Amino acid sequence: MGEVIVITSGKGGVGKTTTVANVGTGLALRNKKVVLMDADIGLRNLDLVMGLENRVVFDLVDVVEGRCKLRNALVKDKRFEGLFLLPAAQTRDKTALKPEQMIKLCEELRKEYDYTLIDCPAGIEQGFHNAVVGADRAIVVTTPEVSAVRDADRVIGLLEAKELRNPRLLINRIRVEMVKRGEMMSIEDVKDILAVDLIGIVPDDEKIVVSTNRGEPIISDQKSLAGQAYRNIAQRIDGEDVPFLNLEDDEGFVFKLKKLLGIKTT
Amino acid sequence: MILDFFSFFTRPKASKEIAKERLKLVLIHDRANVSPQFLEMIKSEIMKVITNYIDIDESALDIQLTRTKSEDGESIVPALVANIPIKSIKQK
Repeated sequence: MGEVIVITSGKGGVGKTTTVANVGTGLALRNKKVVLMDADIGLRNLDLVMGLENRVVFDLVDVVEGRCKLRNALVKDKRFEGLFLLPAAQTRDKTALKPEQMIKLCEELRKEYDYTLIDCPAGIEQGFHNAVVGADRAIVVTTPEVSAVRDADRVIGLLEAKELRNPRLLINRIRVEMVKRGEMMSIEDVKDILAVDLIGIVPDDEKIVVSTNRGEPIISDQKSLAGQAYRNIAQRIDGEDVPFLNLEDDEGFVFKLKKLLGIKTT
Repeated sequence: MILDFFSFFTRPKASKEIAKERLKLVLIHDRANVSPQFLEMIKSEIMKVITNYIDIDESALDIQLTRTKSEDGESIVPALVANIPIKSIKQK
């Protein structure tokens, strides 16, 4: 029996879609059967981030309304064995889906696939409720900014009220130099305020923008630190105990090396 | 002059400390707002204890989560403020 995991945040633009794309790809690279579900109906984007936008035929609403079978709507990613995308409907709105339909769909996915990752829409309205209603676990994505942390706290409260206990925290876009200067909250600061366990920490990385431009998950870039962070998160979801990245040392070493060689650091 | 001299050495507070303080305060409110039952529970418990000793006007009892200046006046801290109108004090 597979697992359904919802990736949520409250605030928009903190990296939910990028997280789903990369962690899902990471799980597929570990030889799991994985479905990436875009639950952001009306604002479809996971297909674009994954570079699969030209292959979408049917969508999630077509499946729940019986216009096609689930397997016809799933877009197979030819680059990664065992990875599939279930796109959101673009011309409908959040009311096109009912919670019962979502529960049924999740049950069906659980039978066939090891992991289903749901890309939750921003906000805490019906779209959010639909995205979390069929899930077994939740990952809350935040960045070290006051607005994102506040929204994450609200979402954690709502998840616990919905019996999705022990959501795990992913802190995204950490800028090590700023943390060192005391101008950005650290991992410990955010963790203390929200009082939930970590599933991962991801450094801010320019390469994410580049990989999104190309529609290629950064996780396949072996040299990228953010890619490494996502690989670690996929391992932890899959039940392995992996230590958290030591961002300060890594960054420090590269910086020192670049300085030594006289390379300009950007 | 002397003050200027010292302020040269005392650095302004790092912005992350300000962020943490502001967040902690706003979250106390947010979290309390999530369940209005929370304040109701406190209210009924307090009422139970006080009515053992004092006759109070239960309908006018008011409890609120608010913010106030800390004792040293340096920062704002959360406070639970209760307004309990007394009818009479019970004689033992």
